[in-house]
Amino acid sequence: MTRFLEFTRGNRVIRLSVVLGICALLAVVAVAANFPALTGRIVDQANIIPQGAKDTVEAKLSDLETKSGIQLVVATVASLDGQAIEPYANELFRNWKLGEKTKNNGVLLLVAPNERRVRIEVGYGLEGTLTDALSNVIIANGITPRFKAGDYAGGITRGVDDIITVLTTDASEWQQRPSLRLDSPSAPQIPGWMLVVGLIALAALFVVSPGFRWMVLGMLMNSMAGRGGGYSSGGGSSSGGGFSSGGGFSGGGGSSGGGGASGSW
Amino acid sequence: MNKQLSPLRAFLAGVLIVFSLSSCGYNNIPTLEEQAKAKWADVQNNYQRRADLIPNLVATVQGYAKQEKDVLTAVVEARAKATQVKIDVSQLSDPEKLKQFQDAQNQLTGALGRLLAVSEAYPDLKSNANFLALQSQLEGTENRIAVARRDYIEAVRLYNTELKTLPGILWAATVFRSNKPMAEFAANESAQTPPQVKF
Repeated sequence: MTRFLEFTRGNRVIRLSVVLGICALLAVVAVAANFPALTGRIVDQANIIPQGAKDTVEAKLSDLETKSGIQLVVATVASLDGQAIEPYANELFRNWKLGEKTKNNGVLLLVAPNERRVRIEVGYGLEGTLTDALSNVIIANGITPRFKAGDYAGGITRGVDDIITVLTTDASEWQQRPSLRLDSPSAPQIPGWMLVVGLIALAALFVVSPGFRWMVLGMLMNSMAGRGGGYSSGGGSSSGGGFSSGGGFSGGGGSSGGGGASGSW
Repeated sequence: MNKQLSPLRAFLAGVLIVFSLSSCGYNNIPTLEEQAKAKWADVQNNYQRRADLIPNLVATVQGYAKQEKDVLTAVVEARAKATQVKIDVSQLSDPEKLKQFQDAQNQLTGALGRLLAVSEAYPDLKSNANFLALQSQLEGTENRIAVARRDYIEAVRLYNTELKTLPGILWAATVFRSNKPMAEFAANESAQTPPQVKF
């Protein structure tokens, strides 16, 4: 270690950047360690759901996704890391990227038995169907009375049933709803004809100039390489009901803005 | 050697410049600026959503607790004040304006908290279905506000960092001289914790 320091003493910039690099690495590790991994539709970190109930609920969840594309995930955590359940649930939801990227149709049922808190976190795209008031009713009537009696499996099963009922009761409604909220910043408008002229010019250039061809190729490779490093959750297009139960399960890139409700018992 | 640039070459050079500009981070400042503005719109929308819930809530409470006039008028007044302070996206770099907005909204948060505390004393009101629904909507909105504020703070942080670091600092000093850092939202504890509701 001292040798290493001596070696770098001459160059402060190198030393500083090494330190900064280590710090950055530690920061990433520290943030990632807070959340359990998304190993399936039920992540039972607190270990409160018996296997039998797990199997029945899991079947319902995957059935919901094949029918409607909605990703409903149940999670129990041993600790909220000292946070309130609302910000924890929101960050966990975004960390797992539940729901399809364009529709944001994910729901997270989070249970923290040690803090005695439960929350239904709703993705942007489902806020109009599974409203805050309905989430609250589900928690107050279906979930917390059973939790109070110590029946975690019963409360979770009932909660999942109620959520699915709300989400699938009016099928014609939820099919058109996701288009209401696409989570992309609005781009400045470019007139259509300008786009066409630009495209024709680019195509002509592509044919005429070999140098330009190489440049485009280089840029494409560049952007692809950059993208490959940034995504950690299942490579973008893995959403939308194509999961086999044996294979890996991952979020589809959806996000949530804090919709839903929480309760305690 | 012919010094005159042929039109084709000039065109090629132009295209090259456009692409190399975008790869040198020319686009970063406007992109991040637009993102921060969009996040601000979210913040403002969620506050508006809260303001929209209030008339209904006040009407419901009034039906059961007419004698709590002071608390009710305080809420109505604070709401009127809060909805008057609007921030245009071009004013986001003005810390004074942002503080005004925040103060008005905080006042409304306080008044609402008192209203909910007072309604604890009325069992009929507390068990009213309409009141319960409004209460959970209000809770949800407060949570959405907290999330939107967090997202906005993060977007502003990215934008301000881009203005101060390479390569953004070069563009900020030349092309985007009019781009000023946006004002930070002071994290406010009372605004971030949703009102506690006991059943």
